Amino acid sequence: MGVEGFKSHPYIPNSVPEVEQEMLREIGLQSIEELHEEVPNEIILKKEMNLPEAFGSEYELRRHVEGLLKKNSSCADNLNFLGAGCYQHYVPAICDEINGKGEFLTAYGGESYNDFGRFQTLFEFESLMAELVDMEVVNVPTMDYSQAASTAIRMGSRVAKRTGVLVPASMDREKLSVIKNYCMPDLQIQEVALDAKTGCMDLADLKAKLNDSIGVVYFENPIYLGMFELNAQEIADAAHAAGAQCVVGVDPITLGVVSAPRSYGADIVCGDVQPLGIHMNYGGGQSGFMATMDDPKYVLEFPSRLFGICCTKEPGEYAFADVAYDRTSFGHLRDQAKEYVGTQTALWGITAGVYLATMGPKGMQEVGETIMQNAQYAARKLSELENVSLRFDTPFFEEFVLDFNKTGKTVAEINKELLKRHIFGGKDLSHDFADLGQCAMYCVTEVHTKGDIDTLVAALSEIL
Amino acid sequence: MKKIDRSSKVRTGFHQAKWDEPVIFELSQPGERGILVNKADKRIAESVEGTKVLPDFLQRKTAPALPEISQPRVLRHYARLAQETLGADVNIEIGQGTCTVKYSPKVNDQLANLPQMREMHPLQDESTCQGIMEIMYKTNKYMCEISGMDCFTFQPSGGSQGILGMASLVYSYFKDRGEADQRNEIITTIYSHPSDAAAPHVKGFKIIYLHPDKDGYPDYEAFKAAVNEHTAAFFVANPEDTGVYNKNVLKFTKLIHEMGGLCAYDQANANGLLGVTRARDAGFDMCFFNLHKTFSTPHGCGGPACGAVGCADFLEKYLPSPLLKFDGEKYYYDYETASNPNAIGKIREFNGVAPVVLKAYAWIRSLGPNGLYQVAKTAVLNNNYMFKKLMELHCVDAPYIPGKQRIEQCRYTLETLYKETGVGTADIQRRMMDFGMHYWTSHHPYYVPEPMTLEPTETPSKEDIDEYIDTLKYVFDEAYNDPEKFKNAPYQSVCHQLDESNMDDPEQWAVTWRCYLKKFQ
Amino acid sequence: MGCHLALLSEEIPVKTLGLLVNPIAGMGGSVGLKGTDGVLEEAVKRGAKRQSGLRARAALERLLPMKEDLQILCASGAMGQDIAEELGWKVRIVYQAGPYTSSLDTIAAAKAMREADLLLFAGGDGTARDIVAAEVTGPVIGIPAGVKIHSPVYAIRPEAAGELALRYLSGGCGRLREAEVVDIDEAAYRTGHVNTSLYGYLRVPDDRDFLQHGKSPTPVSEHGQQLGIADEMIDRMKSDVYYLIGPGSTTRTLMDELGLPNTLIGVDLICDKKLIQSDLREEDILRHIAERETHLVITPTGGQGYLLGRGNQQLSGAVMKKIGKERMHILATKEKLFHLEGRPLLVDTGDEETDRMLSGYVRAIVGYREEQMVRISSQ
Repeated sequence: MGVEGFKSHPYIPNSVPEVEQEMLREIGLQSIEELHEEVPNEIILKKEMNLPEAFGSEYELRRHVEGLLKKNSSCADNLNFLGAGCYQHYVPAICDEINGKGEFLTAYGGESYNDFGRFQTLFEFESLMAELVDMEVVNVPTMDYSQAASTAIRMGSRVAKRTGVLVPASMDREKLSVIKNYCMPDLQIQEVALDAKTGCMDLADLKAKLNDSIGVVYFENPIYLGMFELNAQEIADAAHAAGAQCVVGVDPITLGVVSAPRSYGADIVCGDVQPLGIHMNYGGGQSGFMATMDDPKYVLEFPSRLFGICCTKEPGEYAFADVAYDRTSFGHLRDQAKEYVGTQTALWGITAGVYLATMGPKGMQEVGETIMQNAQYAARKLSELENVSLRFDTPFFEEFVLDFNKTGKTVAEINKELLKRHIFGGKDLSHDFADLGQCAMYCVTEVHTKGDIDTLVAALSEIL
Repeated sequence: MKKIDRSSKVRTGFHQAKWDEPVIFELSQPGERGILVNKADKRIAESVEGTKVLPDFLQRKTAPALPEISQPRVLRHYARLAQETLGADVNIEIGQGTCTVKYSPKVNDQLANLPQMREMHPLQDESTCQGIMEIMYKTNKYMCEISGMDCFTFQPSGGSQGILGMASLVYSYFKDRGEADQRNEIITTIYSHPSDAAAPHVKGFKIIYLHPDKDGYPDYEAFKAAVNEHTAAFFVANPEDTGVYNKNVLKFTKLIHEMGGLCAYDQANANGLLGVTRARDAGFDMCFFNLHKTFSTPHGCGGPACGAVGCADFLEKYLPSPLLKFDGEKYYYDYETASNPNAIGKIREFNGVAPVVLKAYAWIRSLGPNGLYQVAKTAVLNNNYMFKKLMELHCVDAPYIPGKQRIEQCRYTLETLYKETGVGTADIQRRMMDFGMHYWTSHHPYYVPEPMTLEPTETPSKEDIDEYIDTLKYVFDEAYNDPEKFKNAPYQSVCHQLDESNMDDPEQWAVTWRCYLKKFQ
Repeated sequence: MGCHLALLSEEIPVKTLGLLVNPIAGMGGSVGLKGTDGVLEEAVKRGAKRQSGLRARAALERLLPMKEDLQILCASGAMGQDIAEELGWKVRIVYQAGPYTSSLDTIAAAKAMREADLLLFAGGDGTARDIVAAEVTGPVIGIPAGVKIHSPVYAIRPEAAGELALRYLSGGCGRLREAEVVDIDEAAYRTGHVNTSLYGYLRVPDDRDFLQHGKSPTPVSEHGQQLGIADEMIDRMKSDVYYLIGPGSTTRTLMDELGLPNTLIGVDLICDKKLIQSDLREEDILRHIAERETHLVITPTGGQGYLLGRGNQQLSGAVMKKIGKERMHILATKEKLFHLEGRPLLVDTGDEETDRMLSGYVRAIVGYREEQMVRISSQ
């Protein structure tokens, strides 16, 4: 008997010795050691785990963790120009207020009655996103963009009844890795080249790779490298002509000013709602969504929960519940990947709903305009620096690729210098996209003032 | 003024907040603004083209039909909906069996909201992230100590993704050995979480189910007949959701290893075993924990969460990249170790769900080894105390291992109640809501008839547990004396009884407000 | 729900209910007999009262809220008219019965009210068999009033039958599913042995709470499971090989998936996904086995956990000896296996040696790429 408990711990009410004893007596035992008699003795731990002793008080815990976190230098203390899937946008106070409410923070799997608010807010999230992306069915959010894309691709392949998938070579390598892990071995994934000048999909390569084994053509708008996919209509048309489904990944914050993908042929839309009122959280704020039209052929393929409106027995009253909850048992096809339903990112879905309700159509339009204006200004000023140029001249949203090849310095070196000046330089693309050489992707949003951008320009000017 | 009468614990006067709050679109008033958005500096706006650079087909012609609502009205709407949600903060969370809903300490939430956590970009230079990297590294080590494994990944963002992570590890391991085609079967039990089958399906495995024997343990004879050269792994939860701990687990893991397979431990029910026994010692090569269950991070209505996956060192090279390491001076991301082509690659973008890991770290540090041990002991004590009291009731029973202890939770059956009164578990669930209680039945399908699955965890006090039991008793008595009452329950919740009959009908379902308008107006 | 949200301003159309009471059902039980088939006189001698009318009334009372909007079709007198009129309904008599009724009357009456939106009947297993014999294809709900209730077409109690009928007719509960009607060896039953086999099917409204074996999942997921099982089996079928397809709703799903007609309670033969012969007898099967490699696709039916030997006598010992354990493919939903509660699937081919050969652990297909270990035994 080498392990002892912790008496009277604030998180364990019944660890008060008298209460513990009383309860043990009620079940005919004398000590807590007599519990767990079903666990064989060979695997019972005989000594304490080698973990640090508990802090003696909440105060000490707080000081300790705050001390650790002080070793971080965040985007609150530096000028940040990183994007690449996780974005720094302004988070309205009301978003943090709502998702900090204890009821939402600590609810989980209650029913449509006693967790009514949870069901309604998620139904509203689905509905608000539906307006943004101009589709009719949106899921209760999943893990992140890459999971949403993976699932959307699998859904598309089930609808098309084919296992070939085409993805753009311009996409994020990490995202591609997630998709591959999720979709293989059942699906075959091929990359379609990008046009070296525009960054958009190479239509000739697309047409060459399209055949009747291809079930899904996936592309993104904006493209990972920042520019808009100018060939979107042609890609969707080619996909449909070949009998494939068209799956499009978007950044929802663009959709106040950019047209919804359905207008150029998307069958399934996916993306990440982190830009909608969620802090970056070191990558912990990601939250993926998928959207389709209200056709059972699609709806029945969603593996996530879908909340819909329903009646109650009280006339005039309505409530919210699961739509076709057993649909995950469906799947008449060989790819019966009975994808799973589980805990994902509901709180972020609620937050994105609050953001959209607060921003309204005007707010979404304004934020899109501000972002594009700021980003274009930054791109122009930066490309005016000596030996620096814009790698692609295609219109972009908030991210653009700067070419530093002529400067004689690597992006890594440049970013180290910027860091000394409390600036986080753009993402180094030289590893993932070797063809680009020393290029970096800079992200400029509505949080950047003219002063911030000018500071960056001045700093780079010094460094180069 | 008389002394307040607290003799009855049952909250017959409870009523949940009921606002009949419209759907947000119904609050729209053209012209209202919820927030003003900053415009670009005038000098910028005048010198660039802005949205005019968009080709015509990408110009949004009609604004999205989002509602226009002023800020206090948005706040009020959502604050009311929060009131209509029975979070763990406001109720005695015994009724969400298998979800391990325990107290999520507020100090941990506040720490995770500090700007040095919230305003971190995942691609920042490592030198600026040493704080969060240290926290994630140390939590990794603690999980290893708790489970006996050698390394963890925090990429999986939930339990189901954790199981997918384990299935991916199994697949990678055998692919590397050239046995992936041969080793295509995974054995599991019927009581395992549906994801224990669904996730491996995604990796192409065939699933072989085992039925429980009369004690509720996985049937060993059937298991022996199932294991063969095609067996890749055995996936199991122990205890199962019934609360039955398989004391013969070592026999099972041993046989799998003899046949060259791997053993994967679904530790969703780990709360009752912390500091008592370890996954590795029971013969498992890998396991996963739900940080949002066992390790107290808040459930958030269903995420964000983390299904931390741990494994023995021979599997480290298949884990999702990058791995987080320490060189004696600083923390860094190792992209090399898990870079072989058979490794998983990635399950999630970036490096895992950092704020969730932070909260788990803080929780572990608040408890220490003795505290974690106490958590498991008290959770099991609470569970068996409840078990004894409920089993004394005539209408309650529990299948398997009669007279023996249950670990962490228990699945009861109300079949007697149903046969004698016509009131079943779904009715009890709806009536319990009238007293501010959650109550859970079981995953589908209901193998145990009229199931009731309850899990106190270490959070409720004896009084809280007694209140829950007394409320159940009150409701059971009602079933015998006034069964009609259940027909239209709940009466004191947020809404009346649902009529879900159309939710499977494509003509009638409406997943969004625009669908509802299209179909019903 | 559709009727609340969409049709508030529209008229709710009048529905028709077929009401059929088997007046002699249930008489045996109260006086110690195990059913009334063949022993009615004995039952009357023992003083048995007519139970089923009371039970039917308890169910019909639940439908009073829609009295104005419900037209009742029934048979005369104790077969339904009496109860309905007692509760104030104006009925339409579609069948005239005499003072002493038999299953012929039940069958004829059921046929006469086939057009009803719902058939509500009171009786036991025998009555359910009569409804099947009447070739009723529309939805039915059974009011339990017989002694022997093994067919899951019956609600758990009369009131529940009435409530389910009310819901169904009011527009809720739109889905239907198939429920097995079983045949019981009466003589054996009276001496304490329950031998059931599959007799046929009736369609009942889906509701997980009401019907017996209410532990079943919704038909959406049960059917989904059956589709998965069917697809898995179809994937495994080799070319140029015979497959005997046994009776059952799971095997029927497989035949539906292939677009082939199947015999409800017989054995069919297919090859290369085409039908070769329907409803084979033992000699047909033996003849075909001699022609080429033959497999058997089979599902437990009729309750009691029998795989072979109850209602599929054509799969005799001689047949099974030639087919062998390796070529026997068992299809079953997880629920079906769970209801065995750990007991094995039973085989009784009539040949002890063959039964022994088939015994032991095998894998049943329970879904797409899903199997479950199940034990076969001869006792």
